[in-house]
Amino acid sequence: MTDLHVNFAGVSLKNPVVVASGTFGFGREYGAFYDLSELGAICVKGLTLSQRAGNPPPRIAETPGGMLNAVGLQNPGVDGFIARELPELRRHDVKIIANISGNTVEEYGILCQKLAAVSVDMLELNISCPNVKEGGLAFGTSPQSAAAVTAEAKRNAGTVPVMVKLSPNVTDIVSIAKAVEDAGADAISMINTLLGMRIDIHTRRPVLRNNTGGLSGPAILPIAIRMVYQVRQAVSIPILGMGGITTGEDAVEFLLAGANAIAVGSANFQNPYAPLLVRDGIASYMQENGISRVDRLTNGVQTWTPCRASCEEELT
Amino acid sequence: MPIQKTCTILRSERLIPYGYSLVLDAGEIADTAHPGQFLQVQCDGQFLRRPISICDAGAGRIRIVFEIKGKGTQILAKKRVGDSVDVIGPLGHGFPIHGETVLLVGGGIGAAPLFFAARRCLGTVHAILGFRSANTAVLTEVFRSVCRQVDFTTEDGSLGESGFVDGPLRRRLEETKYTRILACGPQPMLRAVAKIAAEFNVPCFVSMEERMACGVGACLGCACKMKDGSYQRVCHDGPVFSASEVSFDD
Repeated sequence: MTDLHVNFAGVSLKNPVVVASGTFGFGREYGAFYDLSELGAICVKGLTLSQRAGNPPPRIAETPGGMLNAVGLQNPGVDGFIARELPELRRHDVKIIANISGNTVEEYGILCQKLAAVSVDMLELNISCPNVKEGGLAFGTSPQSAAAVTAEAKRNAGTVPVMVKLSPNVTDIVSIAKAVEDAGADAISMINTLLGMRIDIHTRRPVLRNNTGGLSGPAILPIAIRMVYQVRQAVSIPILGMGGITTGEDAVEFLLAGANAIAVGSANFQNPYAPLLVRDGIASYMQENGISRVDRLTNGVQTWTPCRASCEEELT
Repeated sequence: MPIQKTCTILRSERLIPYGYSLVLDAGEIADTAHPGQFLQVQCDGQFLRRPISICDAGAGRIRIVFEIKGKGTQILAKKRVGDSVDVIGPLGHGFPIHGETVLLVGGGIGAAPLFFAARRCLGTVHAILGFRSANTAVLTEVFRSVCRQVDFTTEDGSLGESGFVDGPLRRRLEETKYTRILACGPQPMLRAVAKIAAEFNVPCFVSMEERMACGVGACLGCACKMKDGSYQRVCHDGPVFSASEVSFDD
């Protein structure tokens, strides 16, 4: 008997498979392929205080083992979400994680208040969007500003747990993880996309109209695994691990590295059923290895003892 | 409702130097497909699927006609009879096919989805198809077989009239009162067709193209700018839009 249930920062997930913000809209489209109640949770498309039109196209570029996107937080605004999308999502037995993005620290507070008032299951602070000019990434790149946004969110979120989504586009992700934990974050999600760029050699123009965009997909998986592992060593709050997961085996890697739950992102685009395959893959791994509870996998990596200096010398 | 299906290739054909045709055993996707809709086709080794419009459908089969534009379509062009491809479809909102007299305007490989429209349109169908030259012209014979009249233009004059579709388009509109125009092709052509259609006050529908990720409306990757400043999803709100609502500015 495999128990896939996870208690994630006080939120009860029927399985550890979440779908990542920005890859799943508000659930309507993939809800045409399967029952959304099969998922652990849905991180909805990033919400801002006012609606946003997003960036001009092209917004998408193919890359080796992944893709770049520069959508630019196109969304109906938090009020539009509450009025038109949330009631539809609520019809499914699935936890709803509202992903929010503010231009100022105060805006994060207002967004949290509005969403706590309608009892979303969790808040995810996007302090790491690489595709908008103001706010976004700026908050996620210093421990001080990341902590300030986290503290403001906590003051306004009532009893709704606050998760902070970390950017990999930083020198030291561990210091930011520690800062948000100290500021009261209930969980961390990681990683957001890595800043990338592609150029059309025939036109000499960047493929993306935004010039740069966020890299996602299998190409970023090892970076994400390494970062989850490093952050796990430094914080004790739960981690939602993501970055290039397409299979159950990928997900198990994240759990072993220290994640408590995982999110499927770009893989949805390749295969609408990817989250369900990932879930079933985790269950098969557990069965094959005689593991009864999925939470026993978390942080289960057995790292090698550091090798002596001579190992490195041989390479140089 | 779109479904995901692994389809066997029943026919594979090279039409022009960079243009290919595949007939897929597509089951219920074929039975529910509407002109102007498309498939998201998995190309081995590529992360993202490629959106390819449906050229014809019926009896459980779908024909796609596409041009090699990059790695994905290059891989797809190498597929042979008996190979399989993983597709999601039918996707998007297609062309309106009712109307007494319909004028189709196609540019290059954009002629492909218009052929499906020509087959399904209930009224009289005329077509104007523009190509670079005679050796890049596709589907010319089948268009002749389903349309009352077909005009061709080529940039080098090697087939039909020399130049772009604008000339014959204006003449046709002066001669005949069309219920609507359906167009698919490169953006500059669509812009010109939309402008001329507006001059003649004929409702015009254009099939837009954009780089896509999910193809089902979730990721907001394929944005089409509308005149009101908003962005619509090419994959889900389109690919066919009313030309009067699309902003063709860069």
